[in-house]
Amino acid sequence: MKPKHKRLSFVVIGMALLTAATILILFALNDSVVFFYSPSDLAEQDVQPDRRFRLGGLVEENSVVRADDGVTTTFRVTDLASTVSVSFRGLLPDLFREGQGVVAEGQLDAKGVFVASEVLAKHDENYMPPEVAEALRKSGQWQGDEGKKQ
Amino acid sequence: MIPEIGHYAIVLALVVAIVQGTLPLIGAQRGIASWVAVAAPAAVAQFVLIAIAFFILMYAYVISDFSVINVAENSHTAKPLLYKISGVWGNHEGSLLLWILILNLFGAAVAVFGTNLPPTLRARVLSVQAFIGIGFLLFILLTSNAFTRLIPAPLEGRGLNPLLQDPGLAFHPPFLYLGYVGFSMAFSFAIAALIEGRVEPAWARWVRPWTLAAWCFLTVGIALGSWWAYYELGWGGWWFWDPVENASFMPWLAGTALLHSAIVVEKRNTLKAWTILLAILTFALSLLGTFIVRSGVLTSVHAFASDPARGVFILAFLIFVVGGALVLFAVRAPTLKTDTIFAPISREGGLILNNLLLTTACATVLLGTMYPLFLDALTGEKITVGPPYFNSTFGPLMIPLVVTMAIGPLLPWKRADAAGAFARLKAGFAISAIVALGTLYVTWGGPVMAVFGMALSAWLIGGALVELAERIRLFRAPWIESLQRAIHLPRSAYGMTLAHSGLGLVIMGIVATTAWEVERLQIMRVGETIDFAGYQIEFKGTRDVLGPNYTAIRGAYDITRNGRTITRMEPESRNYPTPPMQTSEAAIRPTPVADLYIAIGDPGPSGGWATRLYHKPLVHWIWFGALIMTIGGIVSLTDRRHRVGAPARRRARREGTPAPVAAE
Repeated sequence: MKPKHKRLSFVVIGMALLTAATILILFALNDSVVFFYSPSDLAEQDVQPDRRFRLGGLVEENSVVRADDGVTTTFRVTDLASTVSVSFRGLLPDLFREGQGVVAEGQLDAKGVFVASEVLAKHDENYMPPEVAEALRKSGQWQGDEGKKQ
Repeated sequence: MIPEIGHYAIVLALVVAIVQGTLPLIGAQRGIASWVAVAAPAAVAQFVLIAIAFFILMYAYVISDFSVINVAENSHTAKPLLYKISGVWGNHEGSLLLWILILNLFGAAVAVFGTNLPPTLRARVLSVQAFIGIGFLLFILLTSNAFTRLIPAPLEGRGLNPLLQDPGLAFHPPFLYLGYVGFSMAFSFAIAALIEGRVEPAWARWVRPWTLAAWCFLTVGIALGSWWAYYELGWGGWWFWDPVENASFMPWLAGTALLHSAIVVEKRNTLKAWTILLAILTFALSLLGTFIVRSGVLTSVHAFASDPARGVFILAFLIFVVGGALVLFAVRAPTLKTDTIFAPISREGGLILNNLLLTTACATVLLGTMYPLFLDALTGEKITVGPPYFNSTFGPLMIPLVVTMAIGPLLPWKRADAAGAFARLKAGFAISAIVALGTLYVTWGGPVMAVFGMALSAWLIGGALVELAERIRLFRAPWIESLQRAIHLPRSAYGMTLAHSGLGLVIMGIVATTAWEVERLQIMRVGETIDFAGYQIEFKGTRDVLGPNYTAIRGAYDITRNGRTITRMEPESRNYPTPPMQTSEAAIRPTPVADLYIAIGDPGPSGGWATRLYHKPLVHWIWFGALIMTIGGIVSLTDRRHRVGAPARRRARREGTPAPVAAE
């Protein structure tokens, strides 16, 4: 085989791989991209009940209620302009607390309650998830930089 | 006074780095031997200065000198000594200091042990290292000085995040950094070779040990991080495709490709330009990793440092380093052309396919990691790309990679002999089929893909063992001859067998734990017994426990199996006062076959405690496999061929010369 052919065959394999990867990526991105909404975003736009997304804001004070089964928790997430009710079945992350920032992933049910399948833990309790900070800034409730570390 | 000495040492190190970056480079270009000779002592001096600064910071942590802001914000007098020390790199400023310390460690190692390198090459390598150092030293001095004072000094520090107070995590960052920064050596060698305008097989032989060492460290670092997440975060996950994890995984993928392409350069004197490019890209991904972790641009469970100004500096530095390197590459690459002829289905062909697959996989991870960032910058939309994306892009690319990993090493260099390779792989097919049938029998009715995954990893392990057996002519020659061959086999051959089998074990662990995991979440009352994954689990109640710097509630669960007592498991829910935080310590009963994992949550409103139970088959194989891979890397590092430098000096250095690898 001539060097030219050899190089050509590798270029062809390379292109085929890239094409395959691109197709995989396009399909995967279509299905698995998760958008982020604040409670105000949800109030403004219709989100389909079966669409997965992330919800971020502050856990409203005095809103956390534990159901009788002991593993389901309901609470409200607020950006101080709008609020959304959330229900979560599972152990809450260690940093979950009223008045603190939270990001939850899940979908809306028929009644408009956000059913979270995952509540995200942050390593640092001083740390405000950037999306939550942004959501609060947008709703005009951002209080300086107290959420940011250092 | 002492912290100021640390600060001063950093300033001095910057001055030394500027000298080390410029004089030897000009000297090598103009042929001024005395300027070239500056490089090595300067590298050692810079290392000593940074080490002084680093240990002064460590000292400030150990004696809890809260007049230093960095200590006051991240330490506490009640912390155990180990975490006072690991607290040094548990924060942004300190971790940068560690980064540059390791950079200098590698630089000094080249200066001291690299005496077999041609002087101009060594000088150029060290001056490229110095330029990387200048960037990071400026970064430290301008934005992230660890020695800034706080007056008046507080009486008590704010404490280290309790989640980070863990032996696994104490050593996770240093290993990651040893890996990241280790790839800077490959980068510096690549740039030096581009400046010189030539790449020889000897060049690959000099680069490989550094790359191999970096790869070993990175493997350990990633495995430690994953292990920590498994037992510390309390939800039993071990990999999240989180941006920070991806940040360490991408250099690993590119570095793995680099290791393999350097073999082709060394053995066949071809694929030079590609190898140089990979060396540049691997280090670029390491810098990107630092950028992602340190700027907090991406939402992540790990994001604990966020400051856009720092992000901008690193981004500018990244563009300067990578852009400059790529321009140099574009100018010089055409001179590296070679026309060695080989058939597509040969060892070279297999290694090229491995490289194509690894880099494509790396690119999909990169895209998934950076896509949210681009979209946010362009449209302001906030999105997350989650595990489903990575599973459906990265996973399929790994299948052909694993298939060829078993075949490639059996192919001869240069010529095509696929039929011969397949004939020799009969044993591999047999092992794979047996594992598939066995899995099918044990897990009848489970996911079919998992059976396929187990068969695939058995194929990989089988292939690695067949290759070794072939080399020593096992069963085909008298035993004594096989034994002799086994003794004389180069260590790198054993290294490859170990590393490839290790990956097989990792994949088995991943497949098994993903496919056959059992999870349950429920309230358990005192005295209640449940059946779970073949065990009977009785909740005996809780008690309060006082730790060194926390209080905890400890639950007791008695595990029995068919009436036979097995063990008692005691998960904890810990409360740290400084900073106020609750963490859960899962109780794990690891066995080679499966882990039983129990985490205790909060008390229920009408009595009982929320309890999460997992049964995870083969999960420990993931880290055990990673360990085997690392051992493979280390065994390969001790290969004599890596210890000798330039071929001309091979004989002189054969007897007991230390390897040109510092931090082994």
